[in-house]
Amino acid sequence: MASRNDVATSPGTGAADQADARIEISGLTKRFLTPAGEVFTALSGVSFTVEPGQFCAVVGPTGCGKSTTLSMVSGLDRPSEGSVRVGGREVDGITDGVSFMFQTDALLPWKTVLGNVLMGPVFRRVPKRQAQASARDWLRRVGLAGFEDRYPHQLSGGMRKRVAMAAALINEPRILIMDEPFGALDVQTKAIMSTELLNLWEQIRPSVIFITHDLDEAVALADRVVVMTSGPGSVKAVFDIDLPRPRGSVQEIRFQPRFIELQHQIWDTLREEVERAYALTAGGTA
Amino acid sequence: MSTTSTASAALSDVTKGAAASAARRAARRRTALVWAGRIALAAVVIGGWQLSTTWGIVDPFFYGQPSGIWKRLIELFQHGTQFGSFYQNIWTTIQEALAGFAVGAVTGIVFGVALGQSRYLSDVLGPYIKMVNAVPRIVLGSIFIVAFGIGVTPKILLAAVLVFFIVFFNAFQGVREVDRSVLANVRVLGASRTQITRHVIVPSALTWIIASLHSAFGFAIVGALVGEVLGAQSGLGLVIKTAQNNFDPNGVFATMLVIAVIVLGAEWLIGKLERRLLSWRPPAPTEANSL
Repeated sequence: MASRNDVATSPGTGAADQADARIEISGLTKRFLTPAGEVFTALSGVSFTVEPGQFCAVVGPTGCGKSTTLSMVSGLDRPSEGSVRVGGREVDGITDGVSFMFQTDALLPWKTVLGNVLMGPVFRRVPKRQAQASARDWLRRVGLAGFEDRYPHQLSGGMRKRVAMAAALINEPRILIMDEPFGALDVQTKAIMSTELLNLWEQIRPSVIFITHDLDEAVALADRVVVMTSGPGSVKAVFDIDLPRPRGSVQEIRFQPRFIELQHQIWDTLREEVERAYALTAGGTA
Repeated sequence: MSTTSTASAALSDVTKGAAASAARRAARRRTALVWAGRIALAAVVIGGWQLSTTWGIVDPFFYGQPSGIWKRLIELFQHGTQFGSFYQNIWTTIQEALAGFAVGAVTGIVFGVALGQSRYLSDVLGPYIKMVNAVPRIVLGSIFIVAFGIGVTPKILLAAVLVFFIVFFNAFQGVREVDRSVLANVRVLGASRTQITRHVIVPSALTWIIASLHSAFGFAIVGALVGEVLGAQSGLGLVIKTAQNNFDPNGVFATMLVIAVIVLGAEWLIGKLERRLLSWRPPAPTEANSL
């Protein structure tokens, strides 16, 4: 929060903020040592760029290293080769101004809804009163006003996702990283959450990297869709989605001819990879 | 209730009320049955003991007698022991157990959390902790008594050592079980090391730590009593040892009863603490019924 205040006092804030949010991934390679002592290459030479304020979806078969890519963008993990640059600075350590939403619940079960949303400001040492006010405001924005004192186990899956969303957005991140955030939700809840995510994203416009298995979801939400290959993961193709914004309801956009056209195009590219990955896993278990 | 489509609202209300009161009656009947069973079991065990000693099947000289234990208990409370009043002896043991419990629990939590977070520390200290854990720790009592005399210190130390290992291993495991994505999440949100410990590691390990405290207090009492049996000037262990030397099984059983009451009291307090600290947990439906 201190850095935000610094920025606010200097002139030309908007432009500086904008350039800060560019994510450049170049030649990213990640190798792991398996327990058997063999070297396993999870990613090899992944390169793509997310422009400031752009919503970028990454699709690909299971096990293609999508999550590994994300952990290197956020600074939780280091690449074996290549680099991730955020706003022109190479990532080493936790990237500043990044928020992460996970597929599994990353809420603290011993904190109330309010306490969970307060985590970001508390860790940044924002004064208590100010932090509380903004946490309540964010809970209202995700439609959870009145649930401040509940514990996560008292909420439904969709409500927990809303809390996670408020907790991720309260720091007003430059970059929002989402790893199949709605993967565990039922179809209806997922559509509602996606629409709400778009609304909130349009309010603060962070750059987004959004991992999903669901091609419809990717096309409906994103400006750019990156298709990855499996074993080792690399970029197969990048599609720009030229559907107009604001897109409104995620469920209705699916019936537009342009949506269907784009969806078919990307699916043609993706299908081959999915089938190959499936054949590999099926062969492995047979 | 199956013909819901045609049933009127009033009728369904009536059946609902009837069903609710029937359910309440069934629950009450169950509680009554459980208590009847408990009382019957106690009556059979204690009554059987009493009768078999009066009929001479079992010799009360060796095995005691419920009525004798009760008489001895009243005697102990009224006339005290040869080492001061009974209350004073009880208080000595409670003090030793509480102090040992506090020292052992605090050091156990500190070491468990520290080693759980630091791979290096746990790799260095791990084998030694396992070695010390393999030593029959009751024997340490003899060493403590030689080193610190027959005051309260060796008993506190023995109780603390017993408590330490239980709490330590649980705290260590609790820290290791912290959810990976929760950790990644708070790290990305900008938490420092101390903030991670305070907001994530310790609360998460607390479930394990508190579970261990239940058995740990029992061990604190064991440590204090064994220390007193090995050599003391006051305390329930000394009362038991004297009763044993005087061939007085009733005295041993009477003191055992008092110790059981102390441990149950402590258990109740720890249960209260648990409910307070872990109020965030979803209520487990079986918890109320479990032992």
